[in-house]
Amino acid sequence: MRKFFFKRLLQLIPLLIGISLISFFVMHLAPGDPTALFIDPNVDPQELARVRANWGLDQPIYIQYFKWLGNAIKLDFGRSYMTGQPVIGEIAERLPNTLILMISSYILTLLICIPVGVYSAVKKGGWFDNTFTVLSFAGMSIPTFWVGLMLMLLFAVQLDWLPATGNLILPLITMTIGSLAGLTRYQRAAMLEVLNQDFIRTARAKGLPERVVIFKHALRNALIPIVTIMGLSLPDLFGGAFIIETIFAWPGMGRLGVQAIFSRNYPLIMGIVMFSALLIVLGNLFADIGYALVDPRIRYEKK
Amino acid sequence: MTNNKLQMTNVGIFIILIMVFAAIFAPLIAPYDPSEIVEDNTLPPSMKHLFGTDDLGRDIFSRSLYGARISLTVGLVAVTIAVLIGTLFGALAGYYGGIIDSTIMRSVDVMLAFPSIFLILAIQVMLTPNIYNVMIVIGLTSWMGVARLVRGEFLRIRELQYVEAARAIGCSNFRIIFRHILPNATAPIIVAATLGMAGAILTESALSFLGLGVQPPMPSWGNMLMDSQAYMRDAPWMAIIPGILILLAVLSLYFVGEGLRERLDVRG
Amino acid sequence: MLEVKALSTYFYQDEAVVKAVEGVSLSVASGETLGVVGESGSGKSTLALSLMRLIYPPGKIVSGEVVFNGQDLMKLTEQEMIKIRGAKISMIFQDPFTSLNPVFTVGDQIAEAIELHQGLSRKQAWNKAIEMLEIVKIKDPGVRIKDYPHQFSGGMRQRVMIAMALGCRPEVLIADEPTTALDVTIQAEILKLLKELQKELKLSIIYITHNFGIIREVCERVIVMYKGRKVEEGRVQEVLENPKEDYTKSLINSLRALRDRS
Repeated sequence: MRKFFFKRLLQLIPLLIGISLISFFVMHLAPGDPTALFIDPNVDPQELARVRANWGLDQPIYIQYFKWLGNAIKLDFGRSYMTGQPVIGEIAERLPNTLILMISSYILTLLICIPVGVYSAVKKGGWFDNTFTVLSFAGMSIPTFWVGLMLMLLFAVQLDWLPATGNLILPLITMTIGSLAGLTRYQRAAMLEVLNQDFIRTARAKGLPERVVIFKHALRNALIPIVTIMGLSLPDLFGGAFIIETIFAWPGMGRLGVQAIFSRNYPLIMGIVMFSALLIVLGNLFADIGYALVDPRIRYEKK
Repeated sequence: MTNNKLQMTNVGIFIILIMVFAAIFAPLIAPYDPSEIVEDNTLPPSMKHLFGTDDLGRDIFSRSLYGARISLTVGLVAVTIAVLIGTLFGALAGYYGGIIDSTIMRSVDVMLAFPSIFLILAIQVMLTPNIYNVMIVIGLTSWMGVARLVRGEFLRIRELQYVEAARAIGCSNFRIIFRHILPNATAPIIVAATLGMAGAILTESALSFLGLGVQPPMPSWGNMLMDSQAYMRDAPWMAIIPGILILLAVLSLYFVGEGLRERLDVRG
Repeated sequence: MLEVKALSTYFYQDEAVVKAVEGVSLSVASGETLGVVGESGSGKSTLALSLMRLIYPPGKIVSGEVVFNGQDLMKLTEQEMIKIRGAKISMIFQDPFTSLNPVFTVGDQIAEAIELHQGLSRKQAWNKAIEMLEIVKIKDPGVRIKDYPHQFSGGMRQRVMIAMALGCRPEVLIADEPTTALDVTIQAEILKLLKELQKELKLSIIYITHNFGIIREVCERVIVMYKGRKVEEGRVQEVLENPKEDYTKSLINSLRALRDRS
């Protein structure tokens, strides 16, 4: 078990390096000079050269990369071009807000998608199933940012029940709707598959009441794939966070990232990319561990 | 196929066909020029302006028709790029296995670990966003799912007997891949392409919404939503309508995709 | 003790109706082993499931009676039927690899029915489960009871299934091809086990298989099924020596052909 954990942790490293490589080089392929951000390019060329040297921008790209990598390992991601503050500090300030949003969304999603998915499967073809199937499809087709806009329109603008920005509720609902749709369908499919298994027939043949067959024997098995799926949906969740935080002005890492991109704030962009990637990969790792915990076939060896 | 599913698929096909029709014949159908300012007010939907007018006084219905052109085209081209790249990589990985497989799959893992939106945004910021690079960038960042799918199919089909037979009579690898295996893998690819197009439309609209996609005055449903933000209180229809259109387009594609999946008997 | 009269079970698929079981009658006496033989598709498994009323849509038991100890099971409510399943009539299935729930220990799965039907406490049921594992000859029952199904071999999983089915000392055991998925040597062991248990527990067994060889070894009487109907019936010896129907003859011949070849 422990071996499994460490092996996976080790696999993280090449992955993160790969991500950093791609991001760094993509960033630096950009036409245009970031120095334009903090100094008027029409200024004295000597001054310009000094500023560039100051920020290490005069070095060839691969040297810049290795310098960055060396520092990154020490968790020093340089300073923001905008504010001059350490990148890591800026991220640390915003990260908790993003985590609050994402974790609450996760929990809310789980609380809804499991019962809905299970009930849809058990009463397959019934009105509940049909209604929620259409709703799920609709949910998957709606652009998340538009849901955000509509919610804002309804609750903040027209009804004035909730503030448009700074409040957790609207971004939370928007993010949850985004993930709910797909996950509910997965849960339903997982439950349907389990209900078709032979051991369900065996359970019924033992004289177990249907209630026990479904909520003990079937459900326990149907919960297994959900753990993995939720891990896999992390990148999308993050992507959603970027946009949602921007619309609702939620002071999280996502909004910071979008601002950084618009202002070509390379150190900040790199920092956020790495952090996002790290969180996603860690999330997957925990999903794998969760899977092993939940499925005894992974945990115990054959005898 | 169950009756319900069949109905759903038909509805999907119907809506998509309408949209394609509207997109192709936009210049003929649109009552006004999409960039022309025809009113000096922002008007709600009426008989004269089916979807109302926007903040500059342009007819939203006409803009929506042209927007359909943009969104559908971007979706189509982007998914084509994604499918071509993904099929290529997936086929190579699945057929040759070994180190080629590992390398390709590792790259897939790396790309999937990114929040791709971020990458797309970053790239778009660097370039001057326009409709062409939107298509290419979306295509370049969404091939991974197809690659995995195709690889899986190749792994499966490779072991089947007619491939053995083909090899036994001396077919070259190239021939085996293209004439023997690939044609049998097309069903899941088609389904993936349909669903991928839906995703591409969503991504394009998000990009345009942020100003990094299709640039005004070229109307895209996404950038129309961008413009609508400041007018939510006074002209809510500006925000409601393009969103509904995106929803319908994507939803129909999902229905069609699901229908194809059943018809072509595709798993996963 | 168990008498089936003109049982019919149909499956309704879209436009077509599949008559899986058509007017089948049989009887099993106490302590007797009845064989049900036929090819795949003959309806024998559906017959077995129908006896326990484990048929779900699109299937439906259309007509017939299943009289068990004087009661027609077809007339019982689901609540009453639940009390019969696992307690008075039990069933074991063909594929030991998929018939046990992978996420619960074998102890849980065996004790579950015992707890439910006999009203015992968790601990008492657990101890009974250990006893059952011993009865089916699994070594170290006290230890292995905490293991999960995937930690057992196929043959042992089948023993676990038998333990699970017999935990409440039912009167009838329906065995739906329990050895088909196993190696021949393991098959022999399981058959031996079943014969011993039958004697010990005074069990009636309905043994379903496509293999006449097994019928000959284990059963006293046999019915032959073909396309949902019973086509022949009798004591095993008689049917083997004097098969009346052509179909029965061909079934027996194929057995002989296999045997002669080996």
